[in-house]
Amino acid sequence: METRLRAALPDQELLKLYEQMVLSREFEESCAEQYTKGHITGFLHLYSGQEAVAVGATAGLHKDDYILSAYREHAQAIVRGADPRRVMAELFGKSTGICKGKGGSMHLFDPDLNFMGGYAIVGGQFPIAVGLAFAAKYRQEDRIAACFFGDGAVNQGNFHESLNWARLWELPVLFICENNFYGIGTEVHRSSALASIHKRTCGYDIPSEKVDGMDVIAVYKAIKHAAEKVRETSHPYFIEAVTYRFRGHSMADPAKYRSAAEHEIWKSRDPIPALGKELVAEGITSSDHLAEIRDKCLVVVQEAVKFAEESPWPEDSEVYNDIYV
Amino acid sequence: MTSMSEMTYRDALNLALKEEMRRDPSVVLWGEDVALYEGSFKVTRGLLAEFGEERVRDTPISENTIVGVAVGAAMGGLRPVAELMTVNFALLAMDQIINHMAKIRYMFGGQTYLPMVVRMPGGGGSQLAAQHSQSLESYFMHCPGLHIAYPSTPADAKGLLKSAIRDNNPVIFLEHELLYNSKGEVPDDPDFLVPFGRANVVRTGTDVTIVAYARMSILALQAAAELEKEGISCEVIDLRTLCPLDTETFIASARRTGRAVVVEECWRTAGLGGDIAHRIHEACFDSLLAPVRRVAGLDVPMPYSRKIEKICIPQAETIADAVREVVSRKS
Ligand SMILES: Cc1ncc(C[n+]2csc(CCOP(=O)(O)OP(=O)(O)O)c2C)c(N)n1
Ligand SMILES: [Mg+2]
Repeated sequence: METRLRAALPDQELLKLYEQMVLSREFEESCAEQYTKGHITGFLHLYSGQEAVAVGATAGLHKDDYILSAYREHAQAIVRGADPRRVMAELFGKSTGICKGKGGSMHLFDPDLNFMGGYAIVGGQFPIAVGLAFAAKYRQEDRIAACFFGDGAVNQGNFHESLNWARLWELPVLFICENNFYGIGTEVHRSSALASIHKRTCGYDIPSEKVDGMDVIAVYKAIKHAAEKVRETSHPYFIEAVTYRFRGHSMADPAKYRSAAEHEIWKSRDPIPALGKELVAEGITSSDHLAEIRDKCLVVVQEAVKFAEESPWPEDSEVYNDIYV
Repeated sequence: MTSMSEMTYRDALNLALKEEMRRDPSVVLWGEDVALYEGSFKVTRGLLAEFGEERVRDTPISENTIVGVAVGAAMGGLRPVAELMTVNFALLAMDQIINHMAKIRYMFGGQTYLPMVVRMPGGGGSQLAAQHSQSLESYFMHCPGLHIAYPSTPADAKGLLKSAIRDNNPVIFLEHELLYNSKGEVPDDPDFLVPFGRANVVRTGTDVTIVAYARMSILALQAAAELEKEGISCEVIDLRTLCPLDTETFIASARRTGRAVVVEECWRTAGLGGDIAHRIHEACFDSLLAPVRRVAGLDVPMPYSRKIEKICIPQAETIADAVREVVSRKS
């Protein structure tokens, strides 16, 4: 009897990973629908396909660890514990949103969850993660900073400056590259001289690994191990999670630069049914129960939409609040 | 009587850093060559020796990251004071300054704040040519979300820097390179603070209001002394902070004198003096006896040769000429 899952985590935890991936997927699919209806406006970058990375990584971190991400960050926030209703309200631009409707899809933030933000300048989060790690170390807090970013971000000056700095100052930063092979429409081979991204850290003496980002257990194990190393040594570590986004870069992108065949191959590796199948095969649960989990998530998402729809718009006077303390 | 000591602008800044670091262990400091080398302008002299490597740190030549790490550290509960070697290099940090430091509190719905300072020496007049002589205060002033201080005297240097460090907002702290050696009386009190948003009427007068800041205030005072001999009475207002901007003080003054000259070191086009002059026109139109005049840096990249560099930067004589013109105008 194959017991790969049970060797990694208790049954309840495994089911939680499954549920978090399903919730993330359903949340994103619902966002797409609400965008089409005109309820969500602006840029909307969906995470469908990449769920194993956010879910596996978050499970491998401590609750006190900081998490920072880019603009494709709904799942990272929700998996960390952000209320889906307040996230949806944020996307609707409502006053009940997680950032009062001032940030939108790309700028989720919840300091109570140590979720330190979605950043929409590619690579902008790198030095901020380094600074949070410095503060944690200086204050002798037992936490690390986990910094998510895409394959496109590794060609920013910020990336190189921050890797160098984190290693030089021996700061507890876990860099997590979500390599989904594209920065908007530019494939990695057309933007990076060395397309094997994790190898780029050797110039900064930072250990790195590549992991299958479509396998939530593999991501969980790699991040858990890496996070322990970072905690133990207070040195940075780098994980490249190889993954794929099932949708275009944003809702405005029909993704014409990718072949249908390529898309199909990755679709067949969808991390959610893959885990579901393994859960059933190991006798951890039944397919009926998996269907129940999905129904439960659909209800959560429906409630989030309802909450967002019924929430009030921000007052006009709100524009002047929160610029200064 | 508060006890005072005479010291330079540089030493006043140094003292402010020391006092605030002694007072609050969450104040940390970093920048290029600030620790072992003690600062390219020696503002951080003695800090490494007193506070150690954990709190006073040399950094790589990575301006955007110098600011970005301070943003993160501020979010994580510290009060970082980052030094950029000069304001010219702040252009490499504009992403972290404008897109992050100035925006984070707002775009995250007020759920965090950034008690941080970015210090930067700047200004022209040292024959350093086009890339090392810029006055970029208008760049920062254009962007909401930043506090901006630019002291003209040693006392203000100390009091404003201490306020900046205690401020829970992100502060751009500009220092004029030609003022570092200037001397003045500075209060010894370790709790002496100069509040932000309160301009200093450094000279009272009745005929014309001169609005200036930093080194331009010093030149305006020289011009005023000269003009007094000609029977022209100037009121000189030193803004001290460009944000918050103390509009009330200069508007009240211009309304009283009926004439105003605004002096800025930065380029004239789209410079901060245009904004200030407009505010005066709008608020004081009925009291004005002449249009507000601007004295500004010439709209040229800074040339090296001292003979022609001089004409690109406002001088006491150019300020005096502008005042004469405004005063001579019949209402
Ligand atoms: C500094 C900057 N340059 C360009 C952009 C426009 N832009 C937004 S996302 C993106 C691609 C980033 O790709 P990647 O890092 O791989 O992340 P992914 O979208 O694949 O998650 C670009 C170029 C930006 N937001 N910021
Ligand atoms: Mg990508």
